Amino acid sequence: MTAAIEALVPRMREICGAGHVITDPLELRTYECDGLTSHRSVPALVVLPATAAEVAAAVAACAAAGVPFVARGSGTGLSGGALPHQDGVLIVMSRMRSVIEVDPVSRRAIVEPGVTNLAVSKAAAPFGLFYAPDPSSQVVCSVGGNVAENSGGAHCLKHGFTVHHVTGLQIVTPSGELTWLGDGTGVGSGYDLLGAFTGSEGTLGIVTKIVVKLMPLPEVVHTLLAAYATTAEGGRAVSDVIGAGIVPAAIEMMDALSIEAAEAAVHCNYPEGAGAVLIVELDGPASEVEAELATVRALCEKAGATEIRAADDPAQRAVIWAGRKSAFAAVGRISPAFIVQDGVVPRTSLGAVLAQIASLSASSGIRVANVFHAGDGNLHPLVLYDDAVPGQAEAAEEVSGAILDACLEQGGSITGEHGVGVDKSRYMPKMFGADDLDTMQLVRCAFDPASLCNPGKVFPTPRLCGEVPGHRRAAQFAAQHPAAGQAEIF
Amino acid sequence: MDTERSVVPAALSAACPAVREASPEADAVAGVAPSYVASPASTEEAAALLRAAAALGLTVVPRGAGTGLGWGQPPSSADLVVDLRLMDQVIEHAAGDLVARVQAGASMGYLASVLASAGQQLAVDAPAEATVGGVVATGTAGPRRFRYGAPRDLLIGITVVRADGVVAHSGGKVVKNVAGYDLGKLFSGSQGTLGLITEATFRLHPLPAAEAWVTADFAPNSPSALAAAAAAVTAAAGSALVPSAVELRWADPPVVLRVGVLLEGTPSGVRERASQLAELLETAGGTPVVALSETPFRWWEPESGPPGTVVRVTFWVRQLASVLEALAAAGASTGLRPVVSGPAGAGVLYARLDASVADPDAARFVRALRDRLEGVFAQSADGSGLVRGGVAVLAAPPAVRAAAGPDRPPPGLDLMRAVKDQFDPGHRMFPGRFQWGP
Repeated sequence: MTAAIEALVPRMREICGAGHVITDPLELRTYECDGLTSHRSVPALVVLPATAAEVAAAVAACAAAGVPFVARGSGTGLSGGALPHQDGVLIVMSRMRSVIEVDPVSRRAIVEPGVTNLAVSKAAAPFGLFYAPDPSSQVVCSVGGNVAENSGGAHCLKHGFTVHHVTGLQIVTPSGELTWLGDGTGVGSGYDLLGAFTGSEGTLGIVTKIVVKLMPLPEVVHTLLAAYATTAEGGRAVSDVIGAGIVPAAIEMMDALSIEAAEAAVHCNYPEGAGAVLIVELDGPASEVEAELATVRALCEKAGATEIRAADDPAQRAVIWAGRKSAFAAVGRISPAFIVQDGVVPRTSLGAVLAQIASLSASSGIRVANVFHAGDGNLHPLVLYDDAVPGQAEAAEEVSGAILDACLEQGGSITGEHGVGVDKSRYMPKMFGADDLDTMQLVRCAFDPASLCNPGKVFPTPRLCGEVPGHRRAAQFAAQHPAAGQAEIF
Repeated sequence: MDTERSVVPAALSAACPAVREASPEADAVAGVAPSYVASPASTEEAAALLRAAAALGLTVVPRGAGTGLGWGQPPSSADLVVDLRLMDQVIEHAAGDLVARVQAGASMGYLASVLASAGQQLAVDAPAEATVGGVVATGTAGPRRFRYGAPRDLLIGITVVRADGVVAHSGGKVVKNVAGYDLGKLFSGSQGTLGLITEATFRLHPLPAAEAWVTADFAPNSPSALAAAAAAVTAAAGSALVPSAVELRWADPPVVLRVGVLLEGTPSGVRERASQLAELLETAGGTPVVALSETPFRWWEPESGPPGTVVRVTFWVRQLASVLEALAAAGASTGLRPVVSGPAGAGVLYARLDASVADPDAARFVRALRDRLEGVFAQSADGSGLVRGGVAVLAAPPAVRAAAGPDRPPPGLDLMRAVKDQFDPGHRMFPGRFQWGP
């Protein structure tokens, strides 16, 4: 424990209560990673504040001491965004889990950051409303973490991401001040800091209250499963559905290897021998969904479906979704270790990238199971390896990186929903130029000039906020002070 | 005339061939005459231009078609107007991906025509002559804000030129993408104060096969009419019939209190939903009319000449009846009847006063409205500091602005100022645009 941390302990006990400050090395170790277990770092101190005021006081204490701090929700993130700082404080939001208010007329709810994603929809359900973003970890993941990561989910194709469903945030700034961004209306004056903050991966401050939009529960939901011999055929069905002007709530695809894994894990009983399974979900008013369903079914058949199953009640739909929702964990049944990748390509490039992944897999001997949000081109290749075999982990890492390169070649992205975190910061310069990254960090410098808030995440190299590039400084003084250069003299 | 001032500096001409002295009238920005107007033909030229402007210490006002320049405060200084209209191309329309990359100076009407040829649209209601960059910079959104959101919700990638001439991108051309900070959000609604938008990439939507407006009129002089209209708005907005717009219009003369709901979808689906919705509006006390394929709510287009004063009220929809009462009371106390209209289901209304209204009267109306609405918003105070709504003077003659005083600043003002200082440390980009701004 550094001297700075040691000096913070009594102050943190005052703020959070002695029982909510963790210093015991064994207990600290339980926080050493989030959902990305390949990166580990034991925090120097863990605090569990219960109120926004306690979070603000804890952050202010860190800021005064120059100690870095990291916020953590449920720890389900897959990019190491909540990886602790070894000389810093981990601020755990799990005690802040009340749904403060549901306003069904305004279709808004105010929740604390530790509330789970699914709990929001449960609180809204009695009013016929729901919270749309639904990451697959929604049973445990926190809304605060969703805001940090701008989480999506299977249904974001139609309903959008967290940033489209958050209309107000109370945050603690990196200097320890409480402020609101947005007022819950969804229409703001001035800069859209609410939008810029959402998805900033915990680097601009800590969320303490969230105003979310609620949507009316759809009248009907129909889910359709179509089996194909190949992912290429399934891909054609996807293009045809989109081309017909239909925006389904979700379009998901799994390839043969991920189907095999899902069968082993949850016996989802998908059509035997299928090389690809497509799941299409339509939601909305009954009169619209019926018309769309007929079109989708016809297009799926035309693309060569060997079997089509349809479900319109929750139990039957759950059977169809079972295989897809279990896919990540299921590959554990067919491989001792695996990497979950999260690349994005334009939807029309899916076929080309899948072919490239297949050839990468063939040439490296590393198996790759593909699960993807086909509607928006978000791939989740599961790169399988055996860590007991020397060199396999490295080979898998190489394949995983090559997949991202392939996505970028198609004009895609290195992450669709899992975030950059620590995991992908080294890929950022492949997607963005130095000027792009420098400009993004101007936002960081505005919020966190001391770079204490979740440092080391997102950006490969931090910007020194005091160090303004020369030509910009010249411009500043030219505009403000006629005698340019005097500032340097004095 | 100060000829020395108006001769175009060589550094500007070197950066951008299409640069000229400004015409004091034609190029005036909300009454402020600029010195020079430059029309860059590319992002590179725009970057060179802003580098030159930075070296000269010039204040800069970005301009598209100029349709939004009157909405906001006039610049405190405008040495250089950067006219984006030479950059008018749709660079890429990836129809299969429902994505389009567009130069900032392309008009919304031209973009719509290109997209429509593939049965697609950018789901933003804006004047056809407005430019894409202007619509993003002002955050313009019409009735369909209710379903599709504002430009920031459809923008997936952006190219900007910073005040110092550095070119930066964020986002990309895929809809789902969380890599890096989202500069698109920051520049949406930034009114040209952070830098110059030169390119934007959008998520598109299919054009609906059918659409219909269901409208219902409420007897405006009955005492319960405001509450009934508010109930109709909240019922429509909260229904599972998935409206694309939930509008309200309250004007006098002709006396009308009307709720309008837009439905989009398949022909059979729209027909059935329209009749269900008509029932819903009738239950609330309205007299419904179903009009297929008609767009009666184009409130952003001025009906008779330029508006004098436009005030935007934003609120949580639960408060709609109280907001309408506050508007009525502010009108009654000043003897004025504003035209009130907007996407009420999305928590927005605009109150317009005619240009013929005397400045002191308009200012009194604004103050009276603010007072009453602050009371309404205070009712929902929950101790967290959240104020659930706001009043913003969007357009007004200078005398009205001066007499009405400033709006309550938005939450997070200190952080906004810090962002401005980082992006534009010399405060040269559209200075004075925000009344509480740096």
